[in-house]
Amino acid sequence: MKISARLKKPLLTLAVIALLLWCAMDINWSSLSRFSWGSFAATLSRICQPAWGDFYNGTSEDILHLMLVTIAIGFFGTTVGTVLAVPFTLLASANLWNNRILPRVGKFILDVLRSFPELVYAIIFIKVVGPGPFAGVLAIGVHQIGMLGKLFTEEMERMDETAVEACHAVGANGLKTMFYARLPQLLPLYASLVLNHFEIAVRSASTLGLVGAGGIGATLIFAIQACRWPRVGIILLTVVVTVFLLDLLTSQIRKRLR
Amino acid sequence: MKIKDTVHYAWKKHILVLLLFALCLYSSIRCTQADFAQLAGNIGQVGVFLRKLAHPDFSYLPKLISPMVKTLKMSALGTAAGMLLAIPFSFLATTVVTGNRVITNAVRFVLNVIRTIPNLLLASLLVAIVGIGEATGVLTIAIFTFGMASQLIFESIETIDMSPLESAQAVGANRLKTAVWAVWPQIASSVASYTFYAFELNVRASTVLGYVGAGGIGVKLNEALGLFKYERVSIIILFIFAVVVVVDALSEMIRRRLK
Amino acid sequence: MITFQHVSKTYPNGVRGLVDIDLTIGDGEFVSIIGLSGAGKSTLLRSINRLNDITEGEILIDGRSITRANKRELKLIRRTIGLISQQFNLVKRSTVQRNVLSGKLGYYSNVKSILGLFSREDYALCTQVLEKVNLSDKLHERCDNLSGGQQQRVSIARTLFQEAGIILADEPVASLDPATSQEIMAELRSINQSMDKTVIVNIHSIELARKFSDRILALQDGRLVFDGPPAALDDDVLRMVYKGDSFLQEDRRGRP
Repeated sequence: MKISARLKKPLLTLAVIALLLWCAMDINWSSLSRFSWGSFAATLSRICQPAWGDFYNGTSEDILHLMLVTIAIGFFGTTVGTVLAVPFTLLASANLWNNRILPRVGKFILDVLRSFPELVYAIIFIKVVGPGPFAGVLAIGVHQIGMLGKLFTEEMERMDETAVEACHAVGANGLKTMFYARLPQLLPLYASLVLNHFEIAVRSASTLGLVGAGGIGATLIFAIQACRWPRVGIILLTVVVTVFLLDLLTSQIRKRLR
Repeated sequence: MKIKDTVHYAWKKHILVLLLFALCLYSSIRCTQADFAQLAGNIGQVGVFLRKLAHPDFSYLPKLISPMVKTLKMSALGTAAGMLLAIPFSFLATTVVTGNRVITNAVRFVLNVIRTIPNLLLASLLVAIVGIGEATGVLTIAIFTFGMASQLIFESIETIDMSPLESAQAVGANRLKTAVWAVWPQIASSVASYTFYAFELNVRASTVLGYVGAGGIGVKLNEALGLFKYERVSIIILFIFAVVVVVDALSEMIRRRLK
Repeated sequence: MITFQHVSKTYPNGVRGLVDIDLTIGDGEFVSIIGLSGAGKSTLLRSINRLNDITEGEILIDGRSITRANKRELKLIRRTIGLISQQFNLVKRSTVQRNVLSGKLGYYSNVKSILGLFSREDYALCTQVLEKVNLSDKLHERCDNLSGGQQQRVSIARTLFQEAGIILADEPVASLDPATSQEIMAELRSINQSMDKTVIVNIHSIELARKFSDRILALQDGRLVFDGPPAALDDDVLRMVYKGDSFLQEDRRGRP
């Protein structure tokens, strides 16, 4: 039987709705029953009255200091990730090898590195270097190897090879070709990717505190658990403004890189 | 020969950038209390993890099926809700429909703010306000999808062909009718593909959502990590990876059909 | 001097790119290679500096075999052969100066090349060759800011800087407008005459080939079917090379 084109759309819609209803039936909605708009509004209004006093008080526990640590985790983590991504990129780029297996191996390693969430890395590194910001740096760094390595490799394989040929034609070896034909084309693209990932790293650094890997996350969780909503408010505000400013800064630099 | 005639003509700029970078790096190393000696000393620990991770506990797999189904259901619901909410808001975020810069910029600002809040913080905030449970997970996914999708959609609205809009307005359609008849048909297929994209991201993010008790496979991951059962961590992550690959392939197939 | 001895090239899929080419090109000659697309012009040109490997026969550059050269010898021979191509083969994001200097990468050590430590003489030579191609004001300009004709002149400057005795030009004017094409060909001809360099050009335009060359080679399906001065290139030969006369009529109409 052929379903006419007119009926196809409503039938498809019905099927999707049925599927969603089936999904909804299995979910435990009981937590919502305790929810009341009144307390929600009260909480929200207290979050909207940030505790400005907590922002800066000269100790190493104030929000400004924690935010700076969070940015530092992101910066150092991205640097580690970028530096370590380079050898993997060289291994994984098919256009640098006459061999078909090595690039596959490189790409596989990058896929594996990327498939573990940062949180898992953070937990592992806490066991290695103890709880603190350095564990966060390493977690972000290792995760970024996978992310940046993949993007770096894609750019390397997509690049214009005509200039490479020109270098070979004047008798340059692979190393000189890398520095004169490949890197000048790739560096601005790589720098742009790295800046973008710096911003992403700061964002994830602010959550890693949840497992004890430093940064502003832990403080936020404690504040939430203690229902100190004005403190939650100032922390959220700081994170949002910081990420917003970093976004502005990095996109300005990226525009100039072109 | 002067240095400005060589390839090093911009050396001052390069040195300055390098110094600035070194300064940032130095202060972030100090700030994060990096202890490389400790890292080198305990690097053997990483080997232990790797060995355990390399031996996934396949016997644990059957116990993962039902949490994974739950995760998929939560993601589907959250994605659907987020997308439904994102569509009207993304129309508000473009001048095409509102014709009013103030509303547009205000909506965009709110969307930007929502996007900057990291997933996990959003989830923990909701857990605190709404309470722990699967419903919270769905809500988090919905908000996350909303923030991400609305930006993608309003960006695609801005790049559409404007001529059908003019002809719609020429025959006297109001703004709502223009949106439905002239804009929507042009972006419908991209909205469909963003939906699948968001669904895939949400399945990935579910690993993390379990950490704050928001239900699904993430809870299992959290358990395994807490009990140091890395063979289980390994199989969970492998399983999620496999599901994401399947979801990716399926969505690719459906998207191709939609074209 | 470039010598081809029974050179053939067969691709892995069995297609024959070059068939038994026997050829000698003397120093200081200006040679144009004509023929249909796919006749083997590019293959022939690129086998001279072994960007394409040949499957049979041998090619000698000034008596040294490039076919049997090992990796190091190949690099040494390649230093003496310049290459200009249709897509200019420049690093678009680099400055004109850096692109020109890259012509001598074969002469510098790894460390010196990477750090950009070129000698005073080479910097002077770089300025000099850019003057020769009228680009001396563009030293630190990025190549993507230049027009097509200017970019091709940068790549000519690079081969001059390389001080190569042989210049290979693979369709050097195919992406340029007619006026600029004339300019570039005239530039190559003047380099050929004033600096006594061997120039070998692949070209589609018979008009330009006739105007600027000492000698014309015609290829058809990988075979060398004509070898002689421009004056000997009559319509019969062209009809054979281009397998029909429709192209010829157009060419004749276009001729002044």
